[in-house]
Amino acid sequence: MKLNSLDPRISRAELPEENQYTPKTELDQWQTWEVFHQRNRGEHHTHVGIVHAPTADIALLFAKEQYARRMKCVNLWVVPTSAVYATSYEDSDMFEPGIDKSYREAFSYKNKELIQKFKSEQAEQAAH
Amino acid sequence: MNQDAIKDLLYRLADDELVIGHRMSEWTGLGPFLEEDIAFASIAQDEVGHSQAYYTLLHELLGEAIPDVLAFQRQPEKFRSSLFTEQPNGDYAFSLIRHFLYDFAEEVRLEALVKSKFAPLAELAVKLSREERYHQLHAITWVNQLGSATEESHRRMQDAVNAAYPMALGLFEPTEWNDILAAEGIMPREQELQAAWYLKVEEHLTAAGLTIPAVSDPSAFYGGRSGKHSEHLSKMLKEMTEVTTIDPTAVW
Repeated sequence: MKLNSLDPRISRAELPEENQYTPKTELDQWQTWEVFHQRNRGEHHTHVGIVHAPTADIALLFAKEQYARRMKCVNLWVVPTSAVYATSYEDSDMFEPGIDKSYREAFSYKNKELIQKFKSEQAEQAAH
Repeated sequence: MNQDAIKDLLYRLADDELVIGHRMSEWTGLGPFLEEDIAFASIAQDEVGHSQAYYTLLHELLGEAIPDVLAFQRQPEKFRSSLFTEQPNGDYAFSLIRHFLYDFAEEVRLEALVKSKFAPLAELAVKLSREERYHQLHAITWVNQLGSATEESHRRMQDAVNAAYPMALGLFEPTEWNDILAAEGIMPREQELQAAWYLKVEEHLTAAGLTIPAVSDPSAFYGGRSGKHSEHLSKMLKEMTEVTTIDPTAVW
């Protein structure tokens, strides 16, 4: 018996009704590549996702269609996922400060307000 | 400029794009794997988009019907596409080689059309050429990879070249307007385009370890340019127009 489908493309292919293919074993696939996308020249490349591909040039082919089709892009990078050396989530404690170190965090300086205050003062003086 | 010659040329360009674009789109959802499925469908969509651009010129400058009518409501014998583009899909290797041979023919044509004395077509050719760069990159990358990856991939690609190459010559079937278009500086003669195309495809296929077969009768796949099509086109159009035929006046 041939596979009969509502999709004429499937019926045309005259596939056997029973699936003859044995599923691939887990992880028996192409390697993955991390895709980095750059919106404008000079800006940082941003990680946007992954593609499966056998080689770097094919990974770039796919990256272009998956991740640069609907948004502005001037440059793409692909990096083998295996090349990424990462911290472990089990070590994520090390990102938590043991004691208060907010003095190290630049966002504790309220520069923006000071600058705005200075600017409005300047503007006021100029108006007089 | 000879309006009939331009009209015939635009129909050839548009119909080739629509028919091959539809054939390529038939792989959507059935491609060999997800990423390639998306890439191939996207190229298919580009080709259909090119056909719409050519149909728009026919409508706006030469008084033909609107693009939807030209695409969905013409009889097969009105189509000026080559027999090559209407051949049904089979092995994915055939579709890849057809895409490779077709997109290089398109590149050669667009390079010539950029210099066309028919200004609207020259302007359009500049725009379409931009999309062709990715199409060529996609085609060359796969031909290189599969031409020599494994024994099986090489065999399937070579079989595809043997089948598709003689058909592809139909893309350069000369028409009655061949000399007029060249004399008026609208487009070079088909023979000239074919020679330029041969140099490009021969170079890439050889580099990939693939051989171009000897062709005893180069005109074996002629006929499409005068509307003499195989049953493949009528079957394809019947399927493609299945929904619009139910109500051709429906608004989408």
